[in-house]
Amino acid sequence: MMGKKVAAVLLACLLVGGFAISPASAAYKIGALFSVTGGASFLGDPEKKTAEMVVEQINKAGGINGEKIELVVYDDEGDATKCNLFAKKLINQDKVVAVIGPSVSGLSLAVVPVFEKSRTPLISCAASYKIVLNEKSGKPYPWIFKTAQSDSHAVEAIYTQMQKMGISKIAILTVTDGFGASGRQELLRLADQYKIAIVGDEKYDPKDTDMTAQLTKIKGIAPQAIINWSVGPTQVTVMRNWRDLGMQKMVFFQSHGFANRKNIELAAGAAEGVYCPLGACNVAEVLPDDHPQKKVTMDYMQSYMAKYNEPLSSFGGYAWDALYLVADALKAVGPDKAKIRDYLENRKNFIGQHGVFNFSPDDHNGLSKDAFQMVIVKDGDWVLAE
Amino acid sequence: MRHPWFIRAAQRMNSISFATQVLQFIVTGLTVGAIYAMVAIGFNIIYNVTEIINLAQGEFVMLGGLVMVFMHVSVGLPLVPAFLSTIFLVMLVGIVMDRLGIRTIRKPSVMTLIIATVAVSIIIKGVAMLLWGKSPYDLPAFSGRTPIQLGGVVVQPQYLWVIGFLIVVAVGLTYFFNRTILGKAMRACADNPSAARLVGIDVEKMVLLSFALSAAIGAVAGMTMTPIALMDYDRGAMLAIKGFGAAILGGLGSFPGAILGGLLIGLIESLGAGLLLSGYKDAYALIILLAVLFVRPSGILGNLQVTKFKRF
Repeated sequence: MMGKKVAAVLLACLLVGGFAISPASAAYKIGALFSVTGGASFLGDPEKKTAEMVVEQINKAGGINGEKIELVVYDDEGDATKCNLFAKKLINQDKVVAVIGPSVSGLSLAVVPVFEKSRTPLISCAASYKIVLNEKSGKPYPWIFKTAQSDSHAVEAIYTQMQKMGISKIAILTVTDGFGASGRQELLRLADQYKIAIVGDEKYDPKDTDMTAQLTKIKGIAPQAIINWSVGPTQVTVMRNWRDLGMQKMVFFQSHGFANRKNIELAAGAAEGVYCPLGACNVAEVLPDDHPQKKVTMDYMQSYMAKYNEPLSSFGGYAWDALYLVADALKAVGPDKAKIRDYLENRKNFIGQHGVFNFSPDDHNGLSKDAFQMVIVKDGDWVLAE
Repeated sequence: MRHPWFIRAAQRMNSISFATQVLQFIVTGLTVGAIYAMVAIGFNIIYNVTEIINLAQGEFVMLGGLVMVFMHVSVGLPLVPAFLSTIFLVMLVGIVMDRLGIRTIRKPSVMTLIIATVAVSIIIKGVAMLLWGKSPYDLPAFSGRTPIQLGGVVVQPQYLWVIGFLIVVAVGLTYFFNRTILGKAMRACADNPSAARLVGIDVEKMVLLSFALSAAIGAVAGMTMTPIALMDYDRGAMLAIKGFGAAILGGLGSFPGAILGGLLIGLIESLGAGLLLSGYKDAYALIILLAVLFVRPSGILGNLQVTKFKRF
């Protein structure tokens, strides 16, 4: 009788102990969720490439504290259900210490509860401030961080520039997806603070072929400037329509979603004189030498372009920041989820691609509007705006 | 705050009049509508011969745009050879689709064939993604990008190309279906495949031809719209939906109906976006579509008598 009980307890100990020991045997495992294919592939693709490049660089330099890191990447295809499944797989099956991604705000919001419940740090690469703000409590979600600047930072950067230029009457054009809707909300919310009157509020579909109708309507109202908030082909089409309609008197501002040189190329000349707020990594070459981010952004740009032979987009920079933050935490505290979280929450002065991050218990984004450089397109390239 | 009258007057001078605005909406609407109309015609050709709704129709448009970019920009062929070779290549895709994807299906019913077209569309889209990647591509406009000013209304030269090609396609098809033996044979297959077979028409060849023809028209739509809207691998589905809506609105199977339906949807979208709330412009088109179907279930120019004989 007694012997049986002891045996059962021993067996239980063995089983539990066995499960507890197994994950520690692997190298440092970091998970990644990116929309590598599907509608948001322009985000996920450079993010995946960047993350793989960074892991290669870290491992080549000897890993972290002598341990190699292993990156487990899943492609959620921009689908919330798949993203959710992969998130659970990363946590339960792959036993990663932290996860970077997802690429899109909607998907990031969808997986927040999964990471909160399993107490695993998530560093999102998407923009919406709601990812790191629990609107019920007004505090950040404890386990969630993000590296992309919030829409509000971009809006503030644009409005500040407008004040400098003496612009007070504007029209906004937004795309009817998550990115556009979130940007529109911030544009409307912050306008009063900067004494800007929004006299036109137009929308279009992410797959639309022509925005002449919306712009013609705006032309009738004659505002001083137009702000367009979209990503993908539409942001190029809308700019061409603006040029073709002869509306150059109304200054054109793009959101930070414009952050790809390819867009200037695709605009076929229509991008001249367009303003947009960009993260430092997009304008590495034109940054002054004493800029704090000059070195990291130049390094990233050179190694990315050498490896993949394609121009840099700002989205890869979000993954760079997220992955190096995790690596930084691993180096300092080792593969302990709770310690990583605590470390990240108090990390100050982390110099990344998209700004100098200063995290705090009240701010899990760690950036301000200064994370954006205001640039203007001149002769087919970015130039820092006055 | 109200500005004094002279500032308001100056502002009005700077802006454009309401009539000009409406004209601008109409010009834009007709252009976008012409693209939808070409997609709708593609739907109708295959539907008339086979009763299949070819849901890969949008993919033909996407391929047309991307292959043209390859031929014209990457290979560097001049406009006309690039145009013709693109039509040829996309037609080839249509032919292969019929040979491998449609004809090989055992015990075909209309429904299984429609599902097969969905599968083909996913395959085409995937292959296009592998070949061209995920970023959008631009094509130089056929005759420059200098907009034409018509009393305040701005017309891009490419708009005229789009509308012009719709006219060419419409006239060409009318001639083909009414005046040539081949076209009449295709119509015969549509009316009654068994009877067509009895009088010696090779029905399978006609089906093949219908796929080739609608692929070619899809390619034309894709090539003419790319200089306006760019093209990426992901564009097909939206165009298929809009084109299908146009085909239904005009009456499935009717060519004048497809043109009317396409132009109407384009106009409703453009005027709706310009005059009402632009966020709901797709809804306006769908509401009109529903309203028409309540009153005339066969579409504006469709024939209810004919649709009763169809299996789908």
